[in-house]
Amino acid sequence: MHELAVCQALMDQVENVAREQSAAHVVSIHLGIGPLSGVEPGLLSQAFPIASAGSLAADAELVITSLPVVVHCRECDCQSEVQPTRLLCSHCGAWQTTLVSGDEMLLERVEVICEKSTPAQARGVLHS
Amino acid sequence: MCDTCGCNVTPGNAHLVKPGGALHRTDDGREAVSVLRNLLHENDHTAAHNRQHFDQHGVLAINLMSSPGAGKTALLEATIKRLGKELSIAVIEGDLETENDAERIRQHGVPAIQITTGSACHLDAHMVHDALHQLDLAALDIVFIENVGNLVCPASFDLGQHANVILLSVPEGDDKPAKYPVMFRAADLVLLSKCDLLPLLDDFSTDKARRHLRELANPAEVFELSARTGDGMTQWLDWVMDREARLEHRLGELHTDNHADATTAP
Ligand SMILES: Nc1nc2c(ncn2[C@@H]2O[C@H](COP(=O)(O)OP(=O)(O)OP(=O)(O)O)[C@@H](O)[C@H]2O)c(=O)[nH]1
Ligand SMILES: [Mg+2]
Ligand SMILES: [Zn+2]
Ligand SMILES: [Zn+2]
Repeated sequence: MHELAVCQALMDQVENVAREQSAAHVVSIHLGIGPLSGVEPGLLSQAFPIASAGSLAADAELVITSLPVVVHCRECDCQSEVQPTRLLCSHCGAWQTTLVSGDEMLLERVEVICEKSTPAQARGVLHS
Repeated sequence: MCDTCGCNVTPGNAHLVKPGGALHRTDDGREAVSVLRNLLHENDHTAAHNRQHFDQHGVLAINLMSSPGAGKTALLEATIKRLGKELSIAVIEGDLETENDAERIRQHGVPAIQITTGSACHLDAHMVHDALHQLDLAALDIVFIENVGNLVCPASFDLGQHANVILLSVPEGDDKPAKYPVMFRAADLVLLSKCDLLPLLDDFSTDKARRHLRELANPAEVFELSARTGDGMTQWLDWVMDREARLEHRLGELHTDNHADATTAP
């Protein structure tokens, strides 16, 4: 199962982002995964608590968006959404297609809370 | 967006790139940092680095993938027997536990580096990089990388190879490309192996295997062969020789181009 390895690579990137922003912790991590990436979103979610344990992202929410499989047909110049095991053009049936989307495994966005955050929060700390 | 190489913004995800830059601060002190980078970004960069190593030395790198026991090592042994005198070959062996495959290769007088991956079900670019530095690339023409027997995980990890060759042994059934689209989409060449068994397996249709591959929009050639009997080996060996010659040619042209650039530069 390579999802743990992928998840560890994800954590390295998330920790870099958190460090760059001087984040206190990570609130949420947003991924876009296509079915042709070779990564199973379910297995990735299972691996996440293991890979994130003890990090700034230990309590973060992992949000995975499934991206559609879309091909562009070189024969009829059409674009169509298809099944991952049949990448044929749904207009003319040709197999001479190019994948437009569906093989991504992307870290799209990370939401963090910063140490020295907004003035409002800073005031909140002073008052307490 | 990836600041290193601008990768990964495709028409399929371009709508995710938020206007107004990568950083977005909300009132509750949250910062949303837009990253848009491949999860395996590090691996991909090491893979590119490996490819540079190979190119620098004019070494063709072929990544062999298949399910366990499809005949990768047997194919390599047969290939070394036929090409070992003309070309200088080395093998990088990926395996969960043993040194067995590397020892089989060494018996043919060819250097073999064994990577034991432990629990990892695939090779990654870093493992291959470590193995590369144990090889004398300057003395080599071809490096075969025998990946861990597995039709799922290895497909996601670029190693820096020039070509992916996928073995489908006929006892596995002709619908494997439909069941493992990620792997078979990545194939630059598919070898139907153990074809000596075809007479025994009347339900394996080589045409169907080809059709399943086309349904993945993959134009790769499909060869039928048997490492055991030697049938069909010539077509495979010609393919290897052709890829090797094309690499040499491409690198030769690059070299001439660079040279021309250097001499015409002001
Ligand atoms: N009939 C027949 N058997 C073969 C052929 N090639 C390999 N085999 C047999 O298939 C079995 C596995 O072969 P290997 O070459 O070890 O397969 P592999 O893909 O390297 O296996 P792993 O590295 O463990 O994934 C052995 O028993 C081989 O003798 C062939 O062309 N025909
Ligand atoms: Mg083997
Ligand atoms: Zn079409
Ligand atoms: Zn990049």
